[in-house]
Amino acid sequence: MIEPKATPMREQAPDVRIHNFSEVPLGYSEDEAIREASRCLQCRNAPCVSGCPVGIDIPGFIRAVKERKHDAAIARIKESNALPAVCGRVCPQETQCQGVCTLGKRLEPVAIGRLERFCADWEATHEACTPTVQPATGKRIAVVGSGPAGLTAAGELRRRGHDVTVFELLHVAGGVLMYGIPEFRLPKAIVQREIDALRRLGVRIEVNKVVGRVATLDELLRDGYDAAFVGTGAGLPQFLGVPGENLNGVYSANEFLTRTNLMRAYRFPEYDTPIRVGRRVVTVGGGNVAMDSARTALRLGADESVIVYRRSEAELPARKEEVHHAKEEGVQLHLLTNPVEFLGDKGRVRAVRCLRMELGEPDASGRRRPVPVKGSEFEIETDTVVIAIGNGPHPLIPQTTPDLALTKSGNIAADARTGATNLRGVYAGGDIVTGAATVIEAMGAGKRAATAIDEYVSR
Amino acid sequence: MYRILSKRTLGPKIREYVIEAPDVAKVGKAGQFVVLRLHERGERIPLTIVECDRKTGGVTLVVQEVGKSTQEMGDRFQEGDSVLDVAGPLGLPSDIERYGTVICIGGGLGIAPLYPIARDLKAAGNEVIGILGARSRDLLFYEDRLAAVCDELHIMTDDGTYGRKGFVSDPLREILAGGRKIARVWAIGPAIMMKVCAGVTREYGVPTIVSLNSVMIDGTGMCGGCRVEIAGEAKFACVDGPEFDAHKVDFDLLISRQRFYAEEEACAVEKYLAERRGEGVAR
Ligand SMILES: Cc1cc2nc3c(=O)[nH]c(=O)nc-3n(C[C@H](O)[C@H](O)[C@H](O)COP(=O)(O)OP(=O)(O)OC[C@H]3O[C@@H](n4cnc5c(N)ncnc54)[C@H](O)[C@@H]3O)c2cc1C
Ligand SMILES: Cc1cc2nc3c(=O)[nH]c(=O)nc-3n(C[C@H](O)[C@H](O)[C@H](O)COP(=O)(O)OP(=O)(O)OC[C@H]3O[C@@H](n4cnc5c(N)ncnc54)[C@H](O)[C@@H]3O)c2cc1C
Ligand code: SF4
Ligand code: SF4
Ligand code: FES
Repeated sequence: MIEPKATPMREQAPDVRIHNFSEVPLGYSEDEAIREASRCLQCRNAPCVSGCPVGIDIPGFIRAVKERKHDAAIARIKESNALPAVCGRVCPQETQCQGVCTLGKRLEPVAIGRLERFCADWEATHEACTPTVQPATGKRIAVVGSGPAGLTAAGELRRRGHDVTVFELLHVAGGVLMYGIPEFRLPKAIVQREIDALRRLGVRIEVNKVVGRVATLDELLRDGYDAAFVGTGAGLPQFLGVPGENLNGVYSANEFLTRTNLMRAYRFPEYDTPIRVGRRVVTVGGGNVAMDSARTALRLGADESVIVYRRSEAELPARKEEVHHAKEEGVQLHLLTNPVEFLGDKGRVRAVRCLRMELGEPDASGRRRPVPVKGSEFEIETDTVVIAIGNGPHPLIPQTTPDLALTKSGNIAADARTGATNLRGVYAGGDIVTGAATVIEAMGAGKRAATAIDEYVSR
Repeated sequence: MYRILSKRTLGPKIREYVIEAPDVAKVGKAGQFVVLRLHERGERIPLTIVECDRKTGGVTLVVQEVGKSTQEMGDRFQEGDSVLDVAGPLGLPSDIERYGTVICIGGGLGIAPLYPIARDLKAAGNEVIGILGARSRDLLFYEDRLAAVCDELHIMTDDGTYGRKGFVSDPLREILAGGRKIARVWAIGPAIMMKVCAGVTREYGVPTIVSLNSVMIDGTGMCGGCRVEIAGEAKFACVDGPEFDAHKVDFDLLISRQRFYAEEEACAVEKYLAERRGEGVAR
């Protein structure tokens, strides 16, 4: 008899956690992990594996957990995924591995992500297996950007014996994992642990290095780097372009989250960077970024946190678990609602004027297009607005590398299989190529590019 | 870590630092800035590059102590000490060309960022008229440096303790009214000063550049916190600027956004000063 429901993971209670920045889910105990691992059917065709963008041997590692061979389990995972502690926590499992799990057809799918997290956390408290590094090849590779794409490419290339330097413009490495995704969802210590492991492997990580300004990509290649990987992400915040958007109190999600996560404004004045959150915070958008902003607002002390999203709940692009957590914490969802103007008082936002929407014909994305309902204007009083409607490509590399081919949307044009760009020796991957996507896809791109770069420099 | 190679005081609460940052020194240009962070809990402070010494790797910065971070830098960071982070050069360099006769106006701390622009304009073959202004005599610095690169130098103080009594916009208006052909004006200083200067040059149709010091966090185009309105369009001062066409800037918005965190800033200073008193250090 298989348990119909996945083994629940203990969590901080909503009324407690909205007052702290500690992680919400608390992880499986060994018994819980084994119980969950026992639900796996060990399917021969293992659809879950093809649902995972990096193809982790899921039944393989789950079997090892069931047999209490956690070191074998984590080793199995790490064959395909260098950042399991991160992915186990933030992958949109419901649309990937768990979405196609055989068990999920009738019962709840196996909690693959939670098991992956268990293995990674287990490793952190036990003797870590250090991967082997091939003998030095004498080839130098520059990695621009230290998000999941860059870090993955760097690790893979280093293991193949290349001399790898990662350049990061911020003062810490990690990309969105550090500045975007909040502490309560992905503790920064976990990301730091992965970065330290890369350093031990011999990857050089140079922060405060603005490639494009300190040296251009062309100059790096001219000055002794044999190849470069560009993983500079989708760091450019988009705005709605409606009146009143530059009022005080209107933040981009990037600013709101960067102040909080990277600069630790939630500990102001112990930390020097402040953040101002009012009593009622309105977040515009429906993805992970919006959920993170709305939940952060509560933790910063807002009385009310409201999400305004122009489609319906079914179309919310955020991970299901985040929507669930947000609701539990009291985040209010105003669906089928679209902001058309921000109203101010003495330079500070005081209300959002919105239109109600209804769903019409499907659009290019296959989702039903929201259309405004005539005469449905209304206002939501607010003192803080967070715009979380998406990010465009980080512009610095495209701007300072004139010959680099771009797509219509300003992303770097790169071969989907190898990451090769139109420039010799320059490869790219992650959000700078695909537009804002997921951690695991960025990692997959970094890994594929590493293989291609290895072939290129070994020729 | 970035070592402080030298530190000297230019006036009350105004200090000049030379910080070892060879990457920046190698390529930094007039008009660009760095982002500096003092320590693990520090904020990212944007500071304009005054001078780069490609040989020593030294980058000269002038810092006015206005709030917690800049005061702490003045109090606790001495020659030989290191600051944790310096990133740059950021922003677009000034457009240095041979224009003809140009006016370079620096108000208060704005004199520091103005200096490299005046220097490079002179080197590019322009006739440079300098106008420097400060509230009073002791707040005026770099007169010698500007004198060395300007063909003509006007000094103004609000209280008349040095130079002429009045504002930088006074000689600006006189020169323009006198009918001399001025190709371009740079005006750098407090937002209100830039706004007034822009008003004067608009009357005479003289192209004018200002450098906008909006509140920045990353300084790299990633947060949008520094946005300003140029001809009604939102621009990011850190990557699209910091220099913009003065006649298109919405200065009132800039001023309003600069003040947004005033309460928090006051609280940070208060806490810092209490901490200093606790340490028994007199200021
Ligand atoms: C708030 C938020 C929540 C998210 N939640 C999830 C989630 O739950 N699950 C999920 O799978 N995905 C999530 N994502 C998406 C995911 O984080 C990204 O898809 C992923 O981080 C992309 O990785 P990347 O390596 O391409 O770029 P990034 O992580 O953006 O890293 C790029 C790095 O390059 C640096 N850089 C840029 N230009 C330069 C330059 N010129 N020189 C030097 N360095 C440079 C940047 O500073 C940055 O550190 C979320 C994103 C955000 C913003
Ligand atoms: C492109 C640029 C170049 C600059 N160049 C110089 C320079 O060469 N010398 C110099 O002394 N100052 C310069 N400034 C201003 C300097 O960054 C601020 O004075 C400093 O950050 C104040 O920090 P604080 O903690 O001491 O003061 P706070 O108490 O935090 O603030 C005091 C004032 O500084 C402004 N300010 C606060 N934080 C920031 C921030 N993160 N970014 C910008 N302004 C802020 C506020 O508007 C406020 O009015 C520059 C600013 C910009 C944007
Ligand atoms: S990496 Fe992501 S998609 Fe792959 S198995 Fe782990 S949680 Fe699932
Ligand atoms: S599809 Fe589900 S049940 Fe089958 S092997 Fe994968 S995880 Fe186990
Ligand atoms: S300071 Fe963040 S975009 Fe300019």
